[in-house]
Amino acid sequence: MADTITLEVTRYHPGRDKEPGLQTYGVPLRKEWVILDALNYVKDRLDGSLTFRWSCRMGVCGSCGMMVNGEPKLTCATFLSDYAPGPVRVEPMKNFPILRDLVVDPSDFLVKLTKSKPWLIRKEERPLAEGEYLQTPEQLDTYKQFSMCINCMLCYAACPVYGLDPLFSGPAAIALAQRYNMDSRDQGADERMDILSQHDGIWGCTFVGDCTEVCPKNVDPAGAIQQYKLTATREWVKSFLMPWQGK
Amino acid sequence: MPGSAQVLPKMYRTRMSTYWWLGRWPYLKFILRELSSVFVAWFVIMTLLQIDALRRGPADYMEFQEWLRNPVVIALNIISFFFVIFHAVTWFNLAPKAMAIRAGGKRVPAVLIAGPNYIAWVAISAAVAWLLLRG
Amino acid sequence: MSKRSNEPFLWLLFSAGGVVAAMLIPIQLFLFGLAFPLGWLDGPGYQSLLELVRHPLTRLYLFALCTLSLFHFAHRFRYTLYDGLQIKHLNELINTFCYGGAILGTAVTAYLLWIIP
Repeated sequence: MADTITLEVTRYHPGRDKEPGLQTYGVPLRKEWVILDALNYVKDRLDGSLTFRWSCRMGVCGSCGMMVNGEPKLTCATFLSDYAPGPVRVEPMKNFPILRDLVVDPSDFLVKLTKSKPWLIRKEERPLAEGEYLQTPEQLDTYKQFSMCINCMLCYAACPVYGLDPLFSGPAAIALAQRYNMDSRDQGADERMDILSQHDGIWGCTFVGDCTEVCPKNVDPAGAIQQYKLTATREWVKSFLMPWQGK
Repeated sequence: MPGSAQVLPKMYRTRMSTYWWLGRWPYLKFILRELSSVFVAWFVIMTLLQIDALRRGPADYMEFQEWLRNPVVIALNIISFFFVIFHAVTWFNLAPKAMAIRAGGKRVPAVLIAGPNYIAWVAISAAVAWLLLRG
Repeated sequence: MSKRSNEPFLWLLFSAGGVVAAMLIPIQLFLFGLAFPLGWLDGPGYQSLLELVRHPLTRLYLFALCTLSLFHFAHRFRYTLYDGLQIKHLNELINTFCYGGAILGTAVTAYLLWIIP
């Protein structure tokens, strides 16, 4: 194994650069290093001005998502040696505005996430004295997969529909809506359906399926969206056949 | 919520290329899957032409059979055949994703949803073939 | 629920058409488009095929197959044009072409199946 590998890293300085460019760095190729270690090596030893986000280094916080050789990856969970002999291209996540170097602006995702109301909605709260809302392991299992989302936005970087139509709610926001819809303690499915059954919601998805492929937590947002479509269609048929039951 | 757009107006916005679907294999696979619909439409047109020839009488029907033997039509049908097979396979494989069926407190595994689809496919195809080939 | 869209209806037709197209088209395309014209297999003669198509159940079968497949095409192709060519601004034109084509095809199918002697 060669002892160094070349990184090609996107550099963009707002105000100074007209558009992003690539800068190359030689970094040690260590078996136990992930891409994030290589970036930190660059920052510590070669170029302190390189800017990128990271925090936990263990695939939990979801802040180190980048494009590695064109694929959305958590850089803390992507081994450098898998790309030997290189070069490895590290770019900011696609489909988001670039703030600086490898840092993108997540504002749009946060707005969409809030819109799909990813929290427990109760028609009326039970008084505290009555205790917790109980849930069986089976009930937990219906939504558990979708609850594993760490908001890393890799699915947005993978989604061409989001890239083409920035109004599209996007994979994670819909998967998280579905996570609460399927929670036995939640009563907010109708509220969420009103928002997500719009054209920009579930119907914008064409089931490319790449969101599911790139998800580091196996959330399967593509599946969540299709299941949501099925539910919305069922509701539509019901209201069509039995209009008197309308809300 | 004040977006960072107000604070940092110099963000660089990328735009997707028109040929984005050439960029990654999953995207190319997607666009091919979607294009299978064109060949589905072609099959319908061919079927309608055949029904039309059939109702006009034996002479027109013979002429239509002759047209089906045209190398261009044969070539188009070979391509169409691969596309409709691709449609069928992707359709059956993706069906379990859209259907979260639960039994006995667990989600029914994907093979148990896709499997019956494939079995039905073979059975139906055999039935159609029998109906047309029984002589 | 506010602002009902017709998307669920279109999606229902798309899905039904997808199932029908996947289950039925491969074998029929193989037989009528390849095996019979190329002489691999002997197809039904004119009279027996006419007898078969005349049957009310076959007419119903062909009607469902053709129309649902066309709506499947319309829905998919609409999104392929949106995404593949980035021409969403031609929305109205695309919708007219795709769904209009499917509706026209439905009318033609119904007419043809109706007038078979």
